[in-house]
Amino acid sequence: MRIAVLSGKGGTGKTLVSVNLATVAEKATYIDCDVEEPNGHLFFKPNNIESQDISVKVPYVKQEDCNGCRTCVSFCKYNALAYIGEKVIVFDDVCHSCGGCVLLCPQHAMSEKAKYVGNIKKGTSENVTVITGILNIGVASGVPIISELLKRPLDKGTDFIVIDCPPGSSCAVMESIKDADYCILVAEPTIFGAHNLKMVHDLVRLFGKPYGVVLNKCQDGDNPSERFCIENNINILMKIAFDSELGKFNSNAEIAARVDSKYRDMFTGLLQLVAKEVSHETATSP
Amino acid sequence: MKQLLVLSGKGGTGKTTIATAFIKLAQAKAYADCDVDAPNLHLIMQQSTDAIQSDYYGLPKAEINLIRCIQCNLCRQACRFDAISIRDDDFGYVVNYYACEGCGVCEAICPMKAVSLNPAIAGELLLYKDEAVFSTAKLSMGSGTNGLLVTEVKKQLLSAAKATELAVIDGSPGIGCPVIASLSGVDMVLIVVEPSISGISDMERIVKTAGKFNVDTVVCINKYDTNFENTEKIEQYCKKHKLHIVGKVPYDANAVKAINNGQSIVDIDCVSGNAVKECFNETIKILI
Repeated sequence: MRIAVLSGKGGTGKTLVSVNLATVAEKATYIDCDVEEPNGHLFFKPNNIESQDISVKVPYVKQEDCNGCRTCVSFCKYNALAYIGEKVIVFDDVCHSCGGCVLLCPQHAMSEKAKYVGNIKKGTSENVTVITGILNIGVASGVPIISELLKRPLDKGTDFIVIDCPPGSSCAVMESIKDADYCILVAEPTIFGAHNLKMVHDLVRLFGKPYGVVLNKCQDGDNPSERFCIENNINILMKIAFDSELGKFNSNAEIAARVDSKYRDMFTGLLQLVAKEVSHETATSP
Repeated sequence: MKQLLVLSGKGGTGKTTIATAFIKLAQAKAYADCDVDAPNLHLIMQQSTDAIQSDYYGLPKAEINLIRCIQCNLCRQACRFDAISIRDDDFGYVVNYYACEGCGVCEAICPMKAVSLNPAIAGELLLYKDEAVFSTAKLSMGSGTNGLLVTEVKKQLLSAAKATELAVIDGSPGIGCPVIASLSGVDMVLIVVEPSISGISDMERIVKTAGKFNVDTVVCINKYDTNFENTEKIEQYCKKHKLHIVGKVPYDANAVKAINNGQSIVDIDCVSGNAVKECFNETIKILI
C-alpha cells in the first residue's frame, strides 16, 4: 500500500501527517520526496545511514571534433547550448538530459558526462525505514531524484509506504503521486489553505486517485477548507485541533505519536481508516 | 526600481502574510506573485478591475500521427522521459502529455515524419493595472515549466511598472527552479522563518541558494514566541552568517481571522500587524 501525502500550500502539515502515519504502522517505509527542503529525517533521526549520489547526464563537447555546424544549438529546445567564439558552450543548469544533441551531432563530437545533482540517504528509525532525497543547492530540478527515490526496490516485508510530497501541484508533485494507491490531502483552515486544497484536489482527480482530506490546525470559527470539503462531498478523514503542545513537538522535531499516547491513538485511527479505504478501493475497482 | 523578494525555503511560514503587509505599508505601486504553483496573493490584494489575461506557452508537446507511424519503436527507445508507450489496443504509440518535456528527440529520429511538436498552453499570465501594477500567474495542473513562467511574471511586472520606486515580490517555497528564477535581478531577499527545527534547516538551504546570487539577505522571524529556544538558534545562526534580523513577529490568532476576511494583518489593530510595521521600517531603511 502506497500512500501519498500532499497539500498544495506549504506548511499545512504534510510532514506531520506522513511521519506520524509511518510511526504508528507495525513496519513502514517513509519516503521524503520534498527534495528541495526535506524535513522528515529531522524527526526520525535515522541510524545506519547509507548514502547514494544521484547524477544526471549532461552533454560534453569534444571541441576538436566540432566543425561548428550548430545542429545541436538549433535543436536544443531548452537553450542549453550556444556557439560562442567558435566553441559550443553547455549551460548545464537548463539542460533536461534529453540526449538529442548527442544523437544528432553529425560529427559525433558530443558525448555525455555525469552531473552530480544530489543524493539519497537511507536509514532506520525504530520500525521505520527512512529514505530521503536531497537536492544540491543551486540545482533547478529535483525530479530526477524523486523518480530515483520511487524506483528503488524496497526492503522485504515492507508493504506500507508513506510518500511525503513537495508543496505545489507541478511536475515534482505529479512524479510523487504517480504510483500511489491513495492520496491524503492536508489542509489548514485559511482561505489560502482552501484555495490550494482545491488545486491538489483537481490534481488527484485528474490522476484518478482515491483520496481523503485531513484538516489540520482546526480552531473555532470558520474553516474555509472544511467548507470546501462539505460543498464538494469530499471525505474528511480526520480533524486535528490546533494545539500548542502539538506545535511544540513539531517545532522541536519530535514525533507526536512516539511521545504522546493521545496522538498515537489518533494516527492509529487514521491508519486504520486509510487501510479500509484502500481495501475498499481495490475491491470496487479491480 | 528596487525589488524586494520574500522567500522562506519552508512553506507556510508566512511569506504571503508578510508580503501583503509590506505592499500595504509601502503603498507599493508594483507587486507580483511568483508562487505560480500555488498563488495566493490575489486572495488578499483584491483588484477592482479585470486582469489582462494572456496564455503562457510552455514547452511544446509531441504528437504521433498513427497513419504515418510504422511502429519502428525508435521514438520510444530514444525518449529519456518514458513519455512514449504502446497504445492499449497495440496499434502504434501514444505520448503521455504530462511526461513529455518537448525535447523533440522523437520528432528528429522518426524516419516517417510521423511525430510533430505542437505548442501547449502551460498556464495563464494575469496583469492588473489599476492604481498599482499587480503581476501574477497560474500554472496549469501538472505542468513542468514553472521557472519560465516565473520569469514571465517578472518581465510583465517590470515592463508595466517602469517608474516605480519599490516592487514587492512574493516568492515560492523550496530552493529549485521557480525560486532560482525569482532571484535573478532582485535587490534584496527577505527570508521569513519560523522557529522550528524544520524551518531552521530550510532557512539554511535558502540562505545558501540566495548567496549564490550575491543578493543582500535579511531575516524576519515569524511566530517567534512559539519556541524561544529555536528563535535563539536562528538569532545565533544569523549573527554567525552576518544576516540582519529586521524583526520578530509574535504568534497572533488575529492573523488567521484577518486573512480569512480577505484582510492584511496591518489592516486591523493587532500585535502581529504592529510587529510587522517595525520589520517593514527596518527593511526599507536598508533597501532604499
